[in-house]
Amino acid sequence: MPSDERLVMSAVPESFATAFRLIVHADPALVRTVALSLAVSGSACLCAAGFGLASGAWLAVARFPGQRAVLLALDTLLALPSVVVGLAVYLLLSRSGPLGSWGILFTPAAMVIAQTILVLPIVTALARQVVADALREGGDQLRSMGAGALASALLMLLHERWAMATVMLIAFGRAIAEVGAVMIVGGNIDGVTRVMTTTIALETSKGDLPLALALGLVLLVVVALLNVAIALFQRGSGPLAVELR
Amino acid sequence: MTLLRASTLIVLRDASVAYGAVKAVRNATMWVTQGDFIAVVGANGSGKTSLLRLLHGVVAHTGSREMLRPSGVQAMVFQRPFLLRLSVWNNLRIALWLAQPDTATALREERAEQALRRVGLGALRDRPARSLSGGEQQRLALARAWAVRPDILFLDEPTASLDPSAKKDVEALLADFAADGMTLVMSTHNLGQAKRLASRVIYMDEGRIDIDLPTSEFFASGTPGRAGLFLKGQLSWSLEG
Amino acid sequence: MVARGLNQARRRAVLALACAASLAGAPLLAAAQERSITMASTTSTEQSGLFAHLLPAFRQATGIDVRVVAVGTGQALDMGRRGDADVLFVHDREAEEKLVAEGFGIKRTDVMYNDFVIVGPQGDPAGAKGRDVVAALAKIAEKSGTFISRGDKSGTHAAELRYWKMAGIDAPATKVAAYKECGCGMGPALNIAAQSDAYALSDRGTWLGFKNRGNLQILVEGDQRLFNQYGVIVVNPAKHPHVKVQLAQAFADWVLSPAGQQTIASYKVGGEQLFFPNAPR
Repeated sequence: MPSDERLVMSAVPESFATAFRLIVHADPALVRTVALSLAVSGSACLCAAGFGLASGAWLAVARFPGQRAVLLALDTLLALPSVVVGLAVYLLLSRSGPLGSWGILFTPAAMVIAQTILVLPIVTALARQVVADALREGGDQLRSMGAGALASALLMLLHERWAMATVMLIAFGRAIAEVGAVMIVGGNIDGVTRVMTTTIALETSKGDLPLALALGLVLLVVVALLNVAIALFQRGSGPLAVELR
Repeated sequence: MTLLRASTLIVLRDASVAYGAVKAVRNATMWVTQGDFIAVVGANGSGKTSLLRLLHGVVAHTGSREMLRPSGVQAMVFQRPFLLRLSVWNNLRIALWLAQPDTATALREERAEQALRRVGLGALRDRPARSLSGGEQQRLALARAWAVRPDILFLDEPTASLDPSAKKDVEALLADFAADGMTLVMSTHNLGQAKRLASRVIYMDEGRIDIDLPTSEFFASGTPGRAGLFLKGQLSWSLEG
Repeated sequence: MVARGLNQARRRAVLALACAASLAGAPLLAAAQERSITMASTTSTEQSGLFAHLLPAFRQATGIDVRVVAVGTGQALDMGRRGDADVLFVHDREAEEKLVAEGFGIKRTDVMYNDFVIVGPQGDPAGAKGRDVVAALAKIAEKSGTFISRGDKSGTHAAELRYWKMAGIDAPATKVAAYKECGCGMGPALNIAAQSDAYALSDRGTWLGFKNRGNLQILVEGDQRLFNQYGVIVVNPAKHPHVKVQLAQAFADWVLSPAGQQTIASYKVGGEQLFFPNAPR
């Protein structure tokens, strides 16, 4: 239909212009929303790093009955839909649920919990793979130097720290881009739990597509700036550095 | 046949190593005496590496392996050393920490310092270990091993991947270690190297220890059987200088 | 410096503990926001912009912060049942009274009403235009015009089903008029209607704020039956002791008071008043 095409055709350049305006004017509400997105997803990744990297390393060296089942379950959880995580955490944190007495439903804390659960499988599975590969290469020699299984695994975590940084970048991308979990457990409350993705969803549902697209562009710009900062910090090695030979 | 002396370190009696259906070492009987510099030679697949691992005690085996000094310290150096993505200095410190976790930090650091100087890598201390040349990396591996003051040092084809000048450097270090009284067991397919460095040569063929002689006797003419052919370069290996 | 391996493990343990601690600290943080209540309301109400106008006035008068979770009416009432909200502000009288009868709400009071409209394509192929919503639906069914329903248990959806029933048509079951249920909010439903040149029932507030109209325009309005009554309910502490009953009651009292009712009336979009206060005096 002609009206559809006109709609789409005008939406795209309009959103670039809107995005530019939003960034330049740094509207305080927008800045707050962006800051909350970064804080929630960043915190979730920190927590996931704490548990996930260690568990992944441990899984690479552990030997126990039912290990294959555990690894299978872990790989399956990689495909966990964010909405499902949101629902599960909501039911846990609801006042009628087992952890209702915590009273943290519809707060950023609940969003951090949900996103941590969401990215934990990614961090664990990838950490396990990286450590297992590294051990295949040098595990024998570490053992001959006197390293036990766990020490070897942790040394390999250190050895592959740049790969781990990439893993965390992947996890962060997954977290900051998701909307299902934070929408349900956060409630998208204006000024309290409204993040970039839920704002985009809201504007879309209100029919303001150019604004929704513009916000999407703003989010991408913020993440790009973050990556630039990381690249500058790396000094030659690491996930965003380019090898010069 | 030399008698068992008080300075014997390891004895193998009829020991065998198998990986699944493949027999890597068959019925090996030998001993390692303090001060020996043993070169284990033979074609690829003859079981040199497995014999080393057997002596080092890191592989399952049948038969008997006795360590006559159970508290003895052993270290092993490999053809391609595995170095962590850290500085030379940190690689050394971690190696020392792994081997001697109960030693005081200051003492460990002192030993690391000494080892670095021993192999001549003092200037490269803060460089990323993986940025070193092949020869320098192997010298670092030797520093790692030497730092723990091993009674026996095992080396699995330590110079096979090195260029001639790096090979000379490493050989010089090994000769030094031997002169200091360290016991070394080294596998190599470089007969010239065996002749230069070793006090004793073990020739392996298809998992069996065929010959076990002092170096001069091994290289004397008239060595019988396949060993003789091997020496003449008429098996799959040529005599390397 | 002690060697890395165990240190790394220790560092990670500390990190994990820090996370747990910061999360455990959250309830303390929440407690710090004592002067706030959670209100479950509907997406259409929030999207109309009413709360951005109403709640700051309430905060100024009482110092109480109202946090709005906007979901469908069905979900909002469920939140009340689960005790996840302190006060409810929805527009489905039957469902609200049921909730109070079940004991989850203290009492239900009329607050305000807005109205529904039927929107449709400019050409009006089914000839639905007029002031009679039931007749319009009958014509849409007869002429097989496409109709988009929210199908999400919302107040709007409940109203829509009531009108179909009045017309004697069981729209969802008999699939008349290329009836499409999207299971979505008012905005997305209007989006779909605009894209497919279809008819839809919308609240006036969302329609006024909707920017993606395409070919759509209001075809049916002014029918008394299209009035959409809002009710406010304080969640019953007998069922959920943690409910902030005093603060929630303060909100209910204020919104029913002359000050609150006046604030509602003063909310305008494009010069038009959206909500008409009708609290009992």
